[in-house]
Amino acid sequence: MNIIIPLDSIADAEAPEAGGKAFALSRLFLSGIRVPQALCISREAYEMYVRSTGLLERISLELSRKDFRDMRWEELWDSSLRIRSMFLNTAMPSALVKRLRGPIEDLFGDRPVAVRSSALGEDSTSASFAGLHESYLNVQGIYSILDHIRLVWASLWSDAALLYRKELELDVHHSTMAVIIQELIAGRKSGVVFGRSPVDEGRAVIEAIYGLNQGFVDGMVEPDRWSVARADAAIMSHEEAERERYMAPAANGTSLEYLEPEARLTPPLNPEEVLEVFRLAMKIEDLFGVPQDVEWTYEGKSLYALQARPITATASRGLSDERYLYRSLTRSFENLKKLKTRIEDELIPEMEKAADAFPSADPAHLGNDELAEEILERSATYKAWERAYWKYFIPFAHGMRLFGRVYNDTLRPHDPYEFMDLLRSSSMLSIERNTQLERLAAQVKQSPGLAAALREANGASAFPAFEEALSRFIRTFGDLSCYSARCIRDDSLIRALVLKLAFRPSSGVQARKQGMEDLEEYYLSFFPDVHKSFARELLDLARASYRLRDDDNIYLGRIRGHWEAALEEGKKRLTGRPIRISDEDIPRALKDPGFEPPPETENLGETDKTLVMMRARQLVGQPAGSGIATGTARVIAGEKDLSGFMAGEIIVCDALDPNMTFIIPLAAGIVERRGGMLIHGAIIAREYGLPCVTGVPEAVTLIRTGDVLTVDGYLGIVVISD
Amino acid sequence: MDFEFREVKVADPRQITLELKALFTSQGLAVLSTHDHGQPYCNLVAFASSEDLKHLAFATTRATRKFTNIDEDPRASMLIDNRSNRVADFHEAMAVTATGHAQETIGPEKDGLLKLYLAKHPHLEDFVMSPSCALMRLEVLRYYVVSRFQHVMVLTMKE
Repeated sequence: MNIIIPLDSIADAEAPEAGGKAFALSRLFLSGIRVPQALCISREAYEMYVRSTGLLERISLELSRKDFRDMRWEELWDSSLRIRSMFLNTAMPSALVKRLRGPIEDLFGDRPVAVRSSALGEDSTSASFAGLHESYLNVQGIYSILDHIRLVWASLWSDAALLYRKELELDVHHSTMAVIIQELIAGRKSGVVFGRSPVDEGRAVIEAIYGLNQGFVDGMVEPDRWSVARADAAIMSHEEAERERYMAPAANGTSLEYLEPEARLTPPLNPEEVLEVFRLAMKIEDLFGVPQDVEWTYEGKSLYALQARPITATASRGLSDERYLYRSLTRSFENLKKLKTRIEDELIPEMEKAADAFPSADPAHLGNDELAEEILERSATYKAWERAYWKYFIPFAHGMRLFGRVYNDTLRPHDPYEFMDLLRSSSMLSIERNTQLERLAAQVKQSPGLAAALREANGASAFPAFEEALSRFIRTFGDLSCYSARCIRDDSLIRALVLKLAFRPSSGVQARKQGMEDLEEYYLSFFPDVHKSFARELLDLARASYRLRDDDNIYLGRIRGHWEAALEEGKKRLTGRPIRISDEDIPRALKDPGFEPPPETENLGETDKTLVMMRARQLVGQPAGSGIATGTARVIAGEKDLSGFMAGEIIVCDALDPNMTFIIPLAAGIVERRGGMLIHGAIIAREYGLPCVTGVPEAVTLIRTGDVLTVDGYLGIVVISD
Repeated sequence: MDFEFREVKVADPRQITLELKALFTSQGLAVLSTHDHGQPYCNLVAFASSEDLKHLAFATTRATRKFTNIDEDPRASMLIDNRSNRVADFHEAMAVTATGHAQETIGPEKDGLLKLYLAKHPHLEDFVMSPSCALMRLEVLRYYVVSRFQHVMVLTMKE
């Protein structure tokens, strides 16, 4: 089998070795359509690489850590990042380099190229999911090309590909990938043509931008859009874009530049060019027999086809399921920068305002009808902000992810999460809150009289400075008892917590901060001067994303706290009723004394307990904070478990909420059901240097309060002692 | 498909007992571990499991070291796994360690286990029926079930 196949010799027989994209390009080339010069690296090369380096089994191990159904999107992203890191850190065997080097150098020399995926099965009519795998433009020189081949290979396991693993029939032992190396055409204008519009079968759609196509594919540049009648080639419509930017080749990559004023006023294509692109799509459709989605570019007056693939029903079907939502969360750098401004300047101040607007009405003083209305109103406010949270704050977490990718691609660290060290900061609200708690504890530690007064439970009225500091804390952060907010009902939890903090056995963990300036300098040193400002901007963005990942929860928690306080009051008033009333029904029950909820459905989840008694001995999750700790488990199911938390215990919870983090300084380790490296639990564990394992399925049911646990944060393992 | 391999809820006792039964059916041999005054001693034995998973049966002649060891101290352990001696074992294989007490079977109990044993290993009939051979059973107290390389569950058998 040929490991390198020239474009003109990908005969039908070699199609399986070359992948759909390369095969289509070869057909275009042979039928006289202008395409860039190209070489195909067959799937054989990928297979040699993953087999001879042992990567194949490492990927298998990574992907079988855990039942796929138990994996959240964030965990798929994490798996994908780890696999990518394996590719980045695993050199090509020299025998393979030897075979690839000559032909690539002979054809391209030092000319810039594009390195593109040509997955097997991708682009066929049965499975067409555009954009799951990666392409790199403006790659120059043999070493860089070989490097980018590995990156394209790694994208066989991209988070998006893992999401569509069933449709792609993704399988460690059988999935494989070919790669195309294509001469880079530095097009002045580029775009995509859909030979048949997904929404109107009678029309073709042409989208065009200035500069390289990458700007369009990555969603960074908004295109002009034309529709053309398929029957008579009449231009039916033209939607103009707000033309501002274009993607240009830059030192070993691409960069987004501002358009000249003249170009901003002129559509990228004139009507003759629109029709030329349209005719190209029709010609390719004739060649393959089905409508095509074609990427094209103009170099001077020459129109090139860059790639073509069939438009399929599956491609559009992919848009309708929830995975589309996840993919739409992935944002470009420019998009994230806009989102940052929106969140910091508009949404957070609005959220604060919404939270502050509540305390005017104390639920305890309201009549039943008024209370019912108050609950509904607070619930509506909370839900509206929860939606905003999903729409703006969750996508913004991709700021960290984008940074992580760029960091790993550039620095190639051994630990794929090394980038997190650069993001740590003490300005997170939850950390600030804990710092204030530690200060209160320090006062208690220094004054035996104060400690005794706190233990007596008669308050510390003889210690006005402490009382003042305590009420200042409560004004800022709430009383902790309802996870949040200014719903002050009882400050005894804080008093007890401060006592525990003051007299915990060891000095406890401290939020770490180590030579941040050195780390920053080290990071920046990897970027050439022209890219340093981008690197700095990206770091700022990622830090904002990291901070907000936490703070947004606290702001949302405050709003939620108001809702819960009203709900609590409602529950209290309904305790006399003989029936159980769900939270949703509380307002109705308050208004209607005769209200009866619909009967509960039977619980069918009974398991067979007759034969055996089962318990977990060792559970596997993700290593999310390094270190080892042994201690008694406390499973956090509600407020009581938080107030009962003792120094040296291990937190076991479904999802560590930022509003729960005040117990972290007491904890020896963290175990969490929810998975991911960039979730709050993992972030806070890194801040405090605590061993942490996340993504342990059924952690809260398989572990019981009182179990002695060993949390291995290096390997992501939790051992439960007999 | 590769990913589907472990798509089972390992935390469900019913599921895990089904998995154990499937494993015990698919495997003919187990490693038996006994000890001689503290010196551990391992053997390969052909085994069969009872329907309720409480007993694992194996056969040995009475002159063997394992028989002597068990005679002196019935505490024993068995390992049953489905490894295939490939690297993929690390994520694909399942290994089960059973611990409990071993003894020779007699009377009606022997008849039941013998039937199961011979149904699984018909070629061993001459061996098992020989007067010098004992049909042994391990009364399992616990199963330690390891899957996906490091996921470990403990099943304690009820009386």
